[in-house]
Amino acid sequence: MNLRPDPTFHATPRLAMQAPVETLAFTLMLSPDGTQPDGLAVIDVDPSSGSYGRIVHQLIMPNRGDEFHHFGWNACSSALSPLTGHAFLERRYLIIPGIRSSRIYVVDVKEPRAPKIHKIIEPEEVFARTGYSRPHTIHCGPEGIYVSTLGGGGPDGTDGPPGIFIMDCETFEIRGRYEMDRGRQDKHYDFWWNLPRDYMVSSEWGLPPQFENGLVPEDLLSNRYGHAIHFWKLRERRNVQTIDLGENHQMALEVRPAHDPARDYGFVGVVVDTTNLQGAIFTWWRRDDGTFAAKKTITIDPQPADPADLPDLLKGFGAVPPLVTDIDLSLDDRFLYVSCWGTGEMLQYDVSDPMAPKLAGKVQIGGIVQKTPHPSGKAFGYGPQMVEISRDGKRVYWTNSLYSTWDDQFYPGEGGGAMVMAHVGPNGGLTLDEQFFVAFPEGYRSHQIRLEGGDCSTDSFCYPSV
Amino acid sequence: MDGFDTTTALWGGVVASGIYHGVNPGMGWPLAVSAALMERRPGSLHRAIAALAAGHLLAMAAILFPFTALLVLAEWQREIQVGAACLVIGLGLYLLVNRRHPRFLARVPPSRLALWSFLAAMAHGAGLMLVPIYLGICATVETDTGHAAAADLMAGNAGIAALVAIVHTLAMTLSGGALAIGVHRWLGLKFLSKSWFNLDLVWATSLVVVGAVALLTVH
Repeated sequence: MNLRPDPTFHATPRLAMQAPVETLAFTLMLSPDGTQPDGLAVIDVDPSSGSYGRIVHQLIMPNRGDEFHHFGWNACSSALSPLTGHAFLERRYLIIPGIRSSRIYVVDVKEPRAPKIHKIIEPEEVFARTGYSRPHTIHCGPEGIYVSTLGGGGPDGTDGPPGIFIMDCETFEIRGRYEMDRGRQDKHYDFWWNLPRDYMVSSEWGLPPQFENGLVPEDLLSNRYGHAIHFWKLRERRNVQTIDLGENHQMALEVRPAHDPARDYGFVGVVVDTTNLQGAIFTWWRRDDGTFAAKKTITIDPQPADPADLPDLLKGFGAVPPLVTDIDLSLDDRFLYVSCWGTGEMLQYDVSDPMAPKLAGKVQIGGIVQKTPHPSGKAFGYGPQMVEISRDGKRVYWTNSLYSTWDDQFYPGEGGGAMVMAHVGPNGGLTLDEQFFVAFPEGYRSHQIRLEGGDCSTDSFCYPSV
Repeated sequence: MDGFDTTTALWGGVVASGIYHGVNPGMGWPLAVSAALMERRPGSLHRAIAALAAGHLLAMAAILFPFTALLVLAEWQREIQVGAACLVIGLGLYLLVNRRHPRFLARVPPSRLALWSFLAAMAHGAGLMLVPIYLGICATVETDTGHAAAADLMAGNAGIAALVAIVHTLAMTLSGGALAIGVHRWLGLKFLSKSWFNLDLVWATSLVVVGAVALLTVH
């Protein structure tokens, strides 16, 4: 417990943007075949440092086969609301779940260049206390740490629906399930919220048999992956509305509400439209009567391709789909970044008008067909995937792996976990930094990035910027 | 003992504890700033402060009035004062050991500020802190307890309880409200994280001190 609020907690998104810039990034390292334990890489992102753009420390876990994916902080700016009663927590621990093992690591980064494991929650405990499996997204909020899961009980995670559980933000004990009334929700992926308005939004990927051993083409073509988003009364823990985006909009993944809580809208990315292979972004918003609506506001077309250049999965289509696998919104709610993991593009949209996004910038790197190298000349395997934006909005970092078995289906034979960075122009525009190319150690792929002191997909703010 | 000075000091305690509760962000004034900014209307700030005040007042009344009822047992006044002081010391010690804030408070939605304010005041013993002060005031007034009719005594003590709760809540509301308006109009929200101190220890200690002073001055 601190005597003052943690200096990285900010009342408003604007105050967070004015805070000192990040000097370190934490990026997950995963061993796709489980031959090595997964790890956490600490990366120097301070341009004035001698080790800029290099991994300065690797924390390697004691187990194999965890498959790290997403992770988050024990505490963030949401603690600055008197309603939570924990204003004096430290932003000190990273909560890192293994989505394959269901094991959860709590890593102490008080010494950020020498992080250590603080606690390990074994899978049996997750199963016993929640009935859920395959923990995924982490957010800190009013009742502690919220963890979304992708699987229910049983060996293949289909015994009951997946959901969210709550962990104590000081002891890291698992408290139990979040939901009181889940309504129609039977799949899960991401979630986020608007704290003063007291609502949460959650999304759907698919059930474990639909992803663990690779994408199941029959399920995709028969629209059996998730295609709905759910709205919840956050503190009542009740699903109040489900919006079906249309069954062709397969895999609704990242949920990005506007950071300024006075703005009652947000975005959700859809991986692929099975009618035309487009990628899509929906804007959702809260109406005056408290109900929610959603509308497709961005579509990204597939690119025609020679079947000889395509993996087996895509040969029959003669085109490469964009595959929108991650999106991220800058803290000023101005730019939405969209990873097109299939075509190898990072798109930047100006979403000042959330109902009419305009393409503002674009970077080409990797891609199933294009295989565009990094400007430094190095090959960039796979495509742009997990994206993270600096608090000031001037730098955008991303890595290239999606999920072990899916990487191998879409990019057979490729390898090389990497992390790159692009600079944002004052009025938009994206330019890759030639110097910044982090190659991951042999046999490791790279996944989500967290920036020291918080970033654009961790902190929830309780006060508007106005 | 000089009755006038004691009375002044005790009422001073009622006001001071009100200001102490009011300026502590943990008791809610930032929620009024949030309400004003979220709804873009200064009126929302006043409404939120009023809701916080109503909840706090109710919590004070809920703690003080049972003691008013107890004071009917006039010959036990000394024992009641000693018991109340011990209770306050006990809560202080408990809060020194157990630093966890009750989790159920996090389940109250932001739209129900009066309820939250009531529960927060109850959970942290804000009302209990006033009890020794209140009993002290009652003791200075009752110079002739042996002869006063029970009904008059009750009415008089109830009046004092109401006055203590109102004066305390008024002090809390004015100080918290002034801070909320100051932050909303001039200081900006950076002031929130700059001025917020972890008072958990101070709070628990002040409960112990109030109880101890009451124990020592019972006459």
